[in-house]
Amino acid sequence: MSKDLEPAALDQWYVIESSEDLRSDQPRRTRLLGRPILGERSASGTVTIEERTEEGETLRKLPCLERYGYVWTTLGAPVKPLFDMPEFEEDGRRLVVCGVLTVRTSPGRIVENFLDLSHFPFVHTDILGAEPMTEVTPYKAKLDESSGELWVTECGFYQPQAMAASSGAAQVDYLYRVPQPYAAVLYKSSPGKAGAFDLIGIFPQPLEETLCDVHCFMLVYDDVSSYEGMLQWQQGIFLQDRIILENQRPARLPLDPKAELPSRADTSAIQYRRWLKNLGVEFGVA
Amino acid sequence: MIRLYDFVLSGSCYKVRLFLSLLGQDYETVPVGFYPAKEHKKPDFLQLNPLGQLPVLRDGDLVLRDAQAILVYLASKYDPSGSWYPDDAAARGRVAMWLSFAGGELMTASAARLHDVLNYPFDVASLREQARQAFVVLDDHLAEQELRDCPWVAGPEPTVADIACFPYVALSNDGGIARDEYPAIERWLARVMVLPGFIDMPGILTPWSGEAAEEPAA
Ligand SMILES: N[C@@H](CCC(=O)N[C@@H](CS)C(=O)NCC(=O)O)C(=O)O
Ligand SMILES: [Fe+2]
Repeated sequence: MSKDLEPAALDQWYVIESSEDLRSDQPRRTRLLGRPILGERSASGTVTIEERTEEGETLRKLPCLERYGYVWTTLGAPVKPLFDMPEFEEDGRRLVVCGVLTVRTSPGRIVENFLDLSHFPFVHTDILGAEPMTEVTPYKAKLDESSGELWVTECGFYQPQAMAASSGAAQVDYLYRVPQPYAAVLYKSSPGKAGAFDLIGIFPQPLEETLCDVHCFMLVYDDVSSYEGMLQWQQGIFLQDRIILENQRPARLPLDPKAELPSRADTSAIQYRRWLKNLGVEFGVA
Repeated sequence: MIRLYDFVLSGSCYKVRLFLSLLGQDYETVPVGFYPAKEHKKPDFLQLNPLGQLPVLRDGDLVLRDAQAILVYLASKYDPSGSWYPDDAAARGRVAMWLSFAGGELMTASAARLHDVLNYPFDVASLREQARQAFVVLDDHLAEQELRDCPWVAGPEPTVADIACFPYVALSNDGGIARDEYPAIERWLARVMVLPGFIDMPGILTPWSGEAAEEPAA
């Protein structure tokens, strides 16, 4: 049997597949928090998700939702409903579902890297950042007590090609929302609509403590790029991160306040790690 | 205009992008929905390449598949110096030998990467083992080449054989294959990365990205 997991990991909502890719002729045999999972869609379209034994026998049916282009489940009993993203209701946005990309690291490392602006010029050179414009200007990272979400706000960065639709370099405003420990969404100035923000989100599906299938989407105002152009732009960025992520040691996210932090612009990392520690997250942390 | 049917994460497409950049040749790309949509297995694309593989290159009426074939064509047509595909019987033989190795034995490293990154259902342990055997062959060969003062794969100057071999070796970490045991390969990769016009692709750690990533505050 799998080991007992703490509520802080169990009670989150996790994506196990995109709605589009979970087809009646294409079930998804996968894992979640170290346990075998089967996701299926019936011919009439109904989705069922079950937890199984290692031998493939059904243990129990799991809750399941379809939202934001994804199929979600949980192994626990979330106190909150799946977080609301009202931007999905807004007219004129295009949704790009990037496909599952597997990374050999913990979900915490993936989220922390996603929140880190300082790596842009070095890892996403000439796209999300460029030397010598490497300075991270002061920003705020704060736990919102009423929603129980971590928000990182007032970020800005100089970006040569902020989005697929960008026609040149620009100073870009950013903010990040971490609605639960293992999911994150960023908002950045949209090159396609003045004053609006484009969204990019990552939903790591932790297969094991240090192995994740990452589901990633973009929700953008962009009337110029092809779908494939936007998709491959994001997949390219992701693979630049992947090799850095896989080289970080330890692979589990260290929560000890004395542990070394990856970069100088750490406010978001410090707050993120502190939050996970206070919530009692044990899965995927060291 | 040369048109490349392309996928950003494909090392085989990168062979062509890299070479076009080294030649300073203009081209346009058509991004093909390789993942997750598998457009390369659908009828529209199969008309272009019945094998259902990327890359494909179109230049005027000519449509070519297979990265190695495309490199030979591009060098023959667009390299006035002739050095990338030398016009000498023995040299061509050596180039063809390593082109075949790039499209053959080294593709096990590509398959290991498809397994690790995109979840392809392959026997990854066996693929990594085969890739390591290919790396040993390449490493031994490059070490001998260095002793002969002939530090490139097929001779004293870089050729299309270097370009064909480079991507999946440089991307091996993506597929869980470390290169610590192949010092001659590491030195050769470093030589390729400083060729004028060199471009990287996601997943390749260049000396500059690697160091910077460890110490971003520097
Ligand atoms: N011999 C071809 C093989 C290229 C190849 O394997 N391409 C991959 C993408 S990197 C592909 O299209 N795979 C799909 C398949 O083989 O079904 C070449 O060297 O160009
Ligand atoms: Fe990144």
